[in-house]
Amino acid sequence: MTASLENTEATMSEEQTDAEKGIISIQDFSFFYNKTAQALFDINLEIPANQITSFIGPSGCGKSTLLRSINRMNDLIHDVRHEGDIQITGNSIFHRLIDVISLRKRVGMVFQKSNPFPKSIYENVIFGLRVAGIRDRKVLDETVERSLRSAALWTEVKDRLHASALGLSGGQMQRLCIARAIASKPQIILMDEPCSALDPVATGKIEELTRELKKEYTIIIVTHSMQQASRISDRTAFFYLGKVVEYDDTQTIFSNPANSQTEDYITGRFG
Amino acid sequence: MLQRQAAAGEPLVWLSSMGLATGIAMVIFLLGLILVNGISVFWPKRVVQLQVSEDGSERQLIGEIVKKQKQATSGDQEWQLYTANRDAFGHSFVYVPEAAIGEQSQPLDILKIERLEFGSVFGRALRIEQADAEPISLVGEADDPQLQEFVDEATALRAEVTEIEKSEIGRVNNRIERLKRKPANSAITAELASLTGEYEALAQKARKLRDLATQTHLIYEISDGRERSVAIGHIVSFYRPNAMGLSARCGRFLHNAKVFLLDAPREANTEGGVFPAIFGTVIMTIFMSLAVTPFGVITAIYLHEYARTGPLLTSVRIAVNNLAGVPSIVFGVFGLGFFVYFVGGGIDRLFFADTLPTPTFGTGGILWASLTLSLLTVPVVIVAAEEALSAVPRGTREAALACGASKWQTIQRVILPASLPGILTGMILAMARGAGEVAPLMLVGVVKLAPSLAINSSYPFVHLDQKFMHLGFHIYDLGFQSPDSEAALPMVFATTLLLIVVVVVLNLAGILVRDRLRRKYAGSTF
Ligand SMILES: Nc1ncnc2c1ncn2[C@@H]1O[C@H](COP(=O)(O)OP(=O)(O)O)[C@@H](O)[C@H]1O
Ligand SMILES: [Mg+2]
Repeated sequence: MTASLENTEATMSEEQTDAEKGIISIQDFSFFYNKTAQALFDINLEIPANQITSFIGPSGCGKSTLLRSINRMNDLIHDVRHEGDIQITGNSIFHRLIDVISLRKRVGMVFQKSNPFPKSIYENVIFGLRVAGIRDRKVLDETVERSLRSAALWTEVKDRLHASALGLSGGQMQRLCIARAIASKPQIILMDEPCSALDPVATGKIEELTRELKKEYTIIIVTHSMQQASRISDRTAFFYLGKVVEYDDTQTIFSNPANSQTEDYITGRFG
Repeated sequence: MLQRQAAAGEPLVWLSSMGLATGIAMVIFLLGLILVNGISVFWPKRVVQLQVSEDGSERQLIGEIVKKQKQATSGDQEWQLYTANRDAFGHSFVYVPEAAIGEQSQPLDILKIERLEFGSVFGRALRIEQADAEPISLVGEADDPQLQEFVDEATALRAEVTEIEKSEIGRVNNRIERLKRKPANSAITAELASLTGEYEALAQKARKLRDLATQTHLIYEISDGRERSVAIGHIVSFYRPNAMGLSARCGRFLHNAKVFLLDAPREANTEGGVFPAIFGTVIMTIFMSLAVTPFGVITAIYLHEYARTGPLLTSVRIAVNNLAGVPSIVFGVFGLGFFVYFVGGGIDRLFFADTLPTPTFGTGGILWASLTLSLLTVPVVIVAAEEALSAVPRGTREAALACGASKWQTIQRVILPASLPGILTGMILAMARGAGEVAPLMLVGVVKLAPSLAINSSYPFVHLDQKFMHLGFHIYDLGFQSPDSEAALPMVFATTLLLIVVVVVLNLAGILVRDRLRRKYAGSTF
């Protein structure tokens, strides 16, 4: 127990050094639903750039809540409140001069349930550009090709870009959603259990894609699957009851967890 | 034990299915009754000639048998006969006790003549009398083409007169009106004088044509042996109801139906067609839909997307729902007070001050009627649109917002397109409700006879201030307001049938549009 605590403290102090300060810095962040029901307790996380960070933990422990705080999707819910701060490249996302719309352009999101619009594949990809008022045909065409290629979907759909997106398979739809998220060139991509509704083959494709994408983007992925977290992520945060119990290199978390709860969870003793 | 439990629900199933069956049976019965009565109006019936001996005196009757029934007081069987010839007898229907009826026959030489005035004639054609030529005697069916020639000529003349009266004189009149409104100067006075001259010339031509059409008469003999005459120009058509074969009968049926659908009404609406009423109903319903849909959708968007939940929103919702239950005549009164007197009166004072005290918009018209009905139907659209908006999955909204769309962009680009089919359902329901509404219209612009259509060929083509005819009001007018409501009864059924058809067609059109849209967003369960 003592050893594990020491280990944790060591990790923490290492994280706090300026050189290693993450692109996303979450500081003493607490979150409340209905003004009183606390879902997150004093979260401190430094998420490094161009890496994949996975959030794991039993359901209801606040992973989605934290993820949705990073692009302020929680603003849509009435009667919520937060304490502490989240900074992206040193700027607070809650600052009153921050424009939520430009924040969401910098922080793309992929949801658990794929949610393409009832429009053509083409229109789906460029939705972010359309709402930003970009009309230049060449830019749009280029964006579509680039995004679909990055999302490993180009070869499959290049002949039916103007067909409805709702005709795609589940895995293709989810990759389309990823393409849509990267179309407006975000810095960060948030993924909330992107594979939970997909079969193993489609899941494999998305995982591969995610590994590809980390070259250009910082990725946070919430996942239910231990294997997935260990396969793709560089860092892992284990959540339990609204708190981050342990946050470390994925290797360390899975081979040598400092906290016994973490160990119990990843070995499948609860969760 | 298990079996008993499984069977326990059975009576309820029976009860509900019986309820359904009763409902369907009632609808089928209603539609069937209207269909049979409505369609049989156009079928040329056989005409019987009866020898009636009553109180020792013999008389002859000619007519169509309307129905046979028991007399209310004595219980004797009696026949109702449509004898037409209202101008000669003073009535068009008689009741004859069955016991008094002697010899019956269906003579082939009886003619049914449809006239512009006083309804139809049953009689035997005798001769054609002309002003400056020898009379032409008509003996039998062989002479019909001769008569037909005269009738055709007169019909052509009449069409010419109508054309002159309606469009040419109307146009000259319009120009005179417009010139009169301008400040007077010599050029205008001169033009006025020449226009007035043109008007006089046209009016004279019309009179002359009309005289020509009335100078030749057809002399015919009616059932009691009297000789009567009708100007050829007043004959719409004639035929021999008993001499017709099946194909001729079908042809006459189609002709009658066509006249009903495409002609303007005559004789206090009891004869002729109902085209202006069809047109008025359709145009009014379309205007109403165009007004109510955006209004309802905007309200629904505010209520659903922007308003914060709370007691205020709840009470607004309750108020909207209750609005749907307010008696429609209340909306009529509101429309009269607000649209006609307040808004219309204001418009008149501002823009049409030179024609006052004759109101332009300050009186009932198709615009005010459409707006009044759109108030009546707006709750339907609001409720349907709100439902459609909430049927758009949360994931879709979040996806749009996560892409950096503003709230309004999300609504405009994603939510509205996805909920369009549901919104159109609301519009269809509103159309169904509004197209059949009569009571409020009587206060805000419907009339029994409108001189011209609301959309026509005279400038500015769409006349929103114009009064209009409506099928629903037409039914009311025929059934309750016409001088001879018994004679108008068949028309009531035919018009009712038509109103149902028009409402169904309007709805089908809406449904078609909606399904096309739905196919565009096929499988929008995401
Ligand atoms: N919209 C909401 N309103 C109220 N409570 C919520 C809402 N969303 C989530 N919660 C609560 O917050 C806690 C964390 O939820 P969530 O972040 O979705 O967990 P996870 O994604 O880890 O499964 C849960 O107890 C959940 O019940
Ligand atoms: Mg979750």
